[in-house]
Amino acid sequence: MSEIAHGAGGPIPAAEVPEMELPHPHGWWSTYVFSQDAKVIGIQYSLTAIAIGLVALVLSWLMRLQLGFPGTFSFIDPPAYYQFITMHGMIMVVYLLTALFLGGFGNYLIPLMLGARDMVFPFVNMLSYWIYLLAVLVLVASFFVPGGPTGAGWTLYPPQAILSGTPGRDWGIVLMLVSLCLFIAGFTMGGLNYVVTVLQARTRGMTLMRMPLTVWGIFTATVMALLAFPALFVGAVMMLLDRLIGTSFFMPMLVEFGQQLRHGGGSPILFQHLFWFFGHPEVYIVALPAFGIVSDLISTHARRNIFGYRMMVWAIVIIGALSFVVWAHHMYVSGMNPYFGFFFATTTLIIAIPTAIKVYNWLLTLWRGNIHLTVPMLFALGFIVTFVNGGLTGLFLGNVVVDVPLSDTMFVVAHFHMVMGVAPVMVIFGGIYHWYPKVTGRMLDDTMGKIHFWVTFLGAYAIFFPMHYLGLLGVPRRYHEIGETSFVPASAQDLNAFISVVALVVGAAQLLFLFNLVWSLRYGRESGPNPWRATTLEWQTPQTPPGHGNWGPELPVVHRWAYDYAVPGVAEDFVPQNQPHPAPGHAAQGHAT
Amino acid sequence: MDTATPHATLAARPAGWTGVVADWSSDQRSFKGASWGKVMMWIFLLSDTFIFGCFLLSYMTVRMSTTVPWPNPSEVFALEIFGTHMPLILIAIMTFVLISSSGTMAMAVNYAYRRDRRMTTALILATALFGATFVGMQAFEWSKLIHEGVRPWGNPWGAEQFGAAFFTITGFHGTHVTIGVIMLLVMARKVWRGDLDAQRPGALTGRRGRWEMVEIAGLYWHFVDLVWVFIFALFYLW
Repeated sequence: MSEIAHGAGGPIPAAEVPEMELPHPHGWWSTYVFSQDAKVIGIQYSLTAIAIGLVALVLSWLMRLQLGFPGTFSFIDPPAYYQFITMHGMIMVVYLLTALFLGGFGNYLIPLMLGARDMVFPFVNMLSYWIYLLAVLVLVASFFVPGGPTGAGWTLYPPQAILSGTPGRDWGIVLMLVSLCLFIAGFTMGGLNYVVTVLQARTRGMTLMRMPLTVWGIFTATVMALLAFPALFVGAVMMLLDRLIGTSFFMPMLVEFGQQLRHGGGSPILFQHLFWFFGHPEVYIVALPAFGIVSDLISTHARRNIFGYRMMVWAIVIIGALSFVVWAHHMYVSGMNPYFGFFFATTTLIIAIPTAIKVYNWLLTLWRGNIHLTVPMLFALGFIVTFVNGGLTGLFLGNVVVDVPLSDTMFVVAHFHMVMGVAPVMVIFGGIYHWYPKVTGRMLDDTMGKIHFWVTFLGAYAIFFPMHYLGLLGVPRRYHEIGETSFVPASAQDLNAFISVVALVVGAAQLLFLFNLVWSLRYGRESGPNPWRATTLEWQTPQTPPGHGNWGPELPVVHRWAYDYAVPGVAEDFVPQNQPHPAPGHAAQGHAT
Repeated sequence: MDTATPHATLAARPAGWTGVVADWSSDQRSFKGASWGKVMMWIFLLSDTFIFGCFLLSYMTVRMSTTVPWPNPSEVFALEIFGTHMPLILIAIMTFVLISSSGTMAMAVNYAYRRDRRMTTALILATALFGATFVGMQAFEWSKLIHEGVRPWGNPWGAEQFGAAFFTITGFHGTHVTIGVIMLLVMARKVWRGDLDAQRPGALTGRRGRWEMVEIAGLYWHFVDLVWVFIFALFYLW
């Protein structure tokens, strides 16, 4: 343990893996389009994810317009509203968050942070992106087919997902399921690469316990994704068969418009189990990379070593493992055996322990730190606040007796948007502000960044905090229009209108962010190789932005952990991971280069 | 690149669980002596295990959820051979063929490490032939059942999930075997042409040929065999 904490040197081991042969590009197409360079693939993933994310943003605007001002917009009829909900949810969870964290940040950062030349199988990695793009295009295509996209809700529960009467029953649901299968195939190709790169292609001196927490988060999330996505894949294949050739995996015997359907004997709850066996780990597939990235942002911008590194790693791994045994807490009202609720409530509450450890460790890292309120740091702090907030309501909903009345109300919407919508998106913004200088060689504009942060952060609270109250009043989710009820007071409508106005403003702030991304590419301040004076390897590359192969003729050698900030007796307040230890006896004089 | 370092060049490592922990947390590589390709195949197979696991669990769930009696597999998969009624005979032969192919595959890997091109090619081709025979018999079985009126949405004897689960699961497994046969044929050509000795780059990936590729292909093949054992036990024998 002392070896990690103090990096007590020791002899540098010989290289175990011979140099990698890189598939060098020939010409423009293989440099920028069909590139096998993980960094280019990472940027391609990120841009595609942001583009499809904009579609989800516009959909959320449309939903808010309807909820805030019902009856004003005639084109948002109930089927359209359900289609917006479904597409918004699926895009945000799968095609934006998962793709951006693992495909985007993962591809860009894993090889650089580990001191590798590239991912281990660059060709497979390239294929991964192109299949992801195909999945996105199939998904987008469902907007243009007869009947439009599916309106089954993002959970796609059968039987209603494939019964007539559900919007997009003819084409939309088929394209959605095909798109998911493609996404999973593409992701598997990338995911295998990330895992093998982390396990087998680290540079000399980079033990697992010296990896930055960003890599730990992405690595664990990828392992989870490789084990959780199969359940969704199987569910999607079987639902496709139910829909297209008339099997009855998920379809019980049904009467529709007085006609008995051909289906019979299937189990709708089976789909819910398969879906949530994927769906709950998915929450942490999104959260763990966020945990990792935020740890690095906080440590760097507070000039303080991360508190309890080893515990942070174990917390990530334990959260990853536990998240596979909590899935049925999404199903308390599904009609499953009530005794299951006892088990799943218990495991759900246990998962709060490692999560709380992480939150305390972030706070203890900040404690007496030299906090720089840079834009990435603001977003990291914003993450901690929103995550704690969403996590606490998660404790409410994890208990069966509290969940049953709150289920299917706006309280749930507020909870999961806070914990896995706003919080990870905060980290994505923080990560982009943090690493943009490495990707482009220029800083993002600070003033625009601060405006972006404050509008987004305060706006997110203005949107989702009141939503908890709506939920406690009993305002149901998934309703196109509340209408007259005996239990919802008229003032709820005023609150809804307020939320909608704020949502429009917050959405507009994201356009400022996009403008900043483009504007700074040309007019941003030159950043130099290491603007944040960070320790991790990606900031120590010979070129900025790093060239193909990342490093010069020699791979870097790692001598210490990733968090040597403000080390006593050292002139600089950070020591890069690849800086050797001073010779014995000179340690007291310090070593500043 | 990703060639495995011989074990002898690695420092002596502690045995047992201490060794596992030491390896995992050690420098550069967590699985000492395992190449990138081999680790990747193992992790892929782990992921694929979850796919088949989900299929089989789903099949068991619908078998329990349906209220209609389940057809008796011993009778459904029986054949009349020379006037004798033999339950499950075709499945028994298919299983025997597939298990035998695992044997020839293991021998191919052995000869590959002896750099014996002729025997390796012959044994890989034998494995592919067994695999193709298996898929052929599966096609016979499918067509026989379809003639008897089994459909994914119904059958003459009972629960309609019988046909749905049967065609989905054996279809998925048969696809795996078919992909495996194609992969083995490509590999046989590589071995025969001497691509592995000459380290010729692959057509798509540009990876240099290595004799270890035969073993990695073998891992996939054995996995497909093992999955069949579970399908056999849970679908045909239950």
